[in-house]
Amino acid sequence: MKLSQLEVGQKGIVKEFTDLEMSVKLMEMGCLPGEEIRVDRIAPLGDPIAIRVAGYQLSLRKFEASTIILHKN
Amino acid sequence: MKADIRVALVGNPNTGKSTLFNVLTGLNQKIGNFPGVTVDKKVGYTQLPDGRTAEVVDLPGTYSLYPKSQDESIVFSVLADRSNALVPDMVVVILDATNLKRNLLLYTQVADLKIPVIVALNMMDMAAKAGIIINVDDLAMKLGVPVVPISARKVNGIDKLKEVISNTNHIALQQSSIDVRSIAPQIVDSISTELSIENPYFALQLAHQHEHLKFLSPEQSDRIEQLELEHGFHSQKAQGAETLARYAFINELLYDTVKTPATAQDETFSNKIDRVLTHKVFGFVIFFAILLFMFQAIFSWASYPMDLIESFFMWAQDALNATLPPGPLTSLLVDGVVAGLSGVLVFVPQIAILFAFISILEDTGYMARVTFMMDRLMRKVGLNGKSVVPLIGGFACAVPSIMSTRTIENWKDRMITIMVTPLVACSARLPVYTLLIALVVPADKVWGIFSLQGLALTAMYVFSLLSAIIVAWVFKLILKSRERGYFIMELPVYRMPRWSNVAFSMYDRSKSFVLQAGKVIIAVSIILWVLSSYGPGDRFEKIDKKYAQTEYTFNFNPQDLKTLIAREKLESSYAGALGHFIEPAIRPLGYDWKIGIALITSFAAREVFVGTMATIYSVGGGDGDTASVLHKMRDAKDPKTNKPVFTLAVAFSLMMFYAFAMQCVSTVAIVYRETKDWRWPAIQFAYMTVLAYVVAFVTYHLLK
Repeated sequence: MKLSQLEVGQKGIVKEFTDLEMSVKLMEMGCLPGEEIRVDRIAPLGDPIAIRVAGYQLSLRKFEASTIILHKN
Repeated sequence: MKADIRVALVGNPNTGKSTLFNVLTGLNQKIGNFPGVTVDKKVGYTQLPDGRTAEVVDLPGTYSLYPKSQDESIVFSVLADRSNALVPDMVVVILDATNLKRNLLLYTQVADLKIPVIVALNMMDMAAKAGIIINVDDLAMKLGVPVVPISARKVNGIDKLKEVISNTNHIALQQSSIDVRSIAPQIVDSISTELSIENPYFALQLAHQHEHLKFLSPEQSDRIEQLELEHGFHSQKAQGAETLARYAFINELLYDTVKTPATAQDETFSNKIDRVLTHKVFGFVIFFAILLFMFQAIFSWASYPMDLIESFFMWAQDALNATLPPGPLTSLLVDGVVAGLSGVLVFVPQIAILFAFISILEDTGYMARVTFMMDRLMRKVGLNGKSVVPLIGGFACAVPSIMSTRTIENWKDRMITIMVTPLVACSARLPVYTLLIALVVPADKVWGIFSLQGLALTAMYVFSLLSAIIVAWVFKLILKSRERGYFIMELPVYRMPRWSNVAFSMYDRSKSFVLQAGKVIIAVSIILWVLSSYGPGDRFEKIDKKYAQTEYTFNFNPQDLKTLIAREKLESSYAGALGHFIEPAIRPLGYDWKIGIALITSFAAREVFVGTMATIYSVGGGDGDTASVLHKMRDAKDPKTNKPVFTLAVAFSLMMFYAFAMQCVSTVAIVYRETKDWRWPAIQFAYMTVLAYVVAFVTYHLLK
């Protein structure tokens, strides 16, 4: 399951990344494997999205969110 | 000022770093440049309790020592390069107490460079409110460095911080966070040996960043590249491993020292606000309402101080004319220098108000939401959510707006933003538009509320934004880039703006406008005065002689004669010659040689148009009174056909020309400074001039 597939309010735990370059940037911002992510909001035009991670709010594009794979639950 | 020690401020964006800097240094600061790069360097001074003076350097906010933008790249250079003139004696790392985890990543990187470090734990009051409990002593012990809880906004703990700064010695005491060498042992060892570097983290960072570091020689950089190939060093993989290791250390550290409740309170508060401010419908309605209010404020509030400034200078010109003996020097002072000065200072109210709004919007966190809402739309035309800020700023002045594009990480997005920002109707175009609209658009009301003139002005503003977007889209198709664009951005919690920061930004921006643009405008005013007061050869004497003949003195009254002489002198002056020279080129646009003079002088700065018109028509009138330019332009008649010069077609053709033409020396200079390549300002100048000519031509012939 990719992060981009979550609906607003849904949560997931980061499992791995599909893109090395993006993963480095995301991990710096606290999006690490094992970290819980919640989708807070989707921008009015459908992209980007705002997520809650590591105690703060981060916005990223749908494409970037699609490189984050979540654990099945 | 001479300082005893140098302290560098380092921290994430939105942690209150600038507020702490302002609190520490007061207004005792100066903004310069880091050597060799166009990154603003803010330096200030503070008095320590032991009587010594500390120089405080505010480094750009960053999430890590691995730079994502030009601004961020300066942080590592300043901290690590021991031969740098700015190398700090110690670093104050400012951490947001409400979000320690992400903030500590940068701390551990800085600490591993083994420079003496002090931690300033900011927003302790907010953390307490959110129910976050931090064991400060325990944290300090585990990190091995002093940790000072402060609240920069409320000016709490600052004295304590200064005391700790003065007590800190020059030996780094911090505990190591991770085993740096184990990430890439071979490359760290070989770089350490070959470049005789003691610090393994410095060696590792050199492996990552050597291509962009100015303090390495090309040979050193090549050697590092070679070593990387030998040992199979993969930068991104190594960085990923390092980040994971650091967060593992941080998680363990926080587990013992910090208790966080399930959801922080300010977060839910921010979420509630966002439900409205980024709502599908209300979000845009509110954004446009804010923009509308902003422009309303810029135009209506600023008009009072602007009127005052204008009437003061009118009074000064009259007073000077009355007291000083008539002659070329008085004329130079009154019509050249004072007129030019008035043309500069009259913009200050608008610029100050615009920057007050921009700094409030940024300070509250709303600007980040605008970026969030607009990203998709902006991306379609080759821009980026972050381009919204420069584009809006462009309504005031392209110069600071182009400077603010540095926050756009992606090269292509940034270049396109720089290329189209000067198309947005800046405040220098406002006096040109106001004058021309007042000339040809009647002051009637539509539906009893909107004035026709106001609507025409609004249309020019909307038009400017549309043209910027269309040109951006064209550039998107032309420019090639290998770099991938991304948009990973923190959305800070909503906060009240800090009014002292707002006031400082108003002061700072107005000052730099007066100093930078002012010089050019006054110089142009003086040159223009010379050009219109003198002519080649003995032409002026011949005119005097011609009109001294009896056939003229007998047939005309003295007043008419004076006007005749002045008109013919202007036509024979250098300015007139230039105007006549370009007249064939601008005839198709509906302009005469007088407008030609204004176009030439406006290539230095657009607002010079109004001043030039004033000079041309008051010189042309010959009686030297300061009746408003508007009346004179309205009365201006083509000497051959005796029809008014400024028809609807000419006025709108002129407005279109001013909408597109790159008539601003300061912008050309800043584009060169930001891109470091003459081709960019050249391309920009060329495409804008061509567009201006074509659109003005079409407008004139459609309306004629």
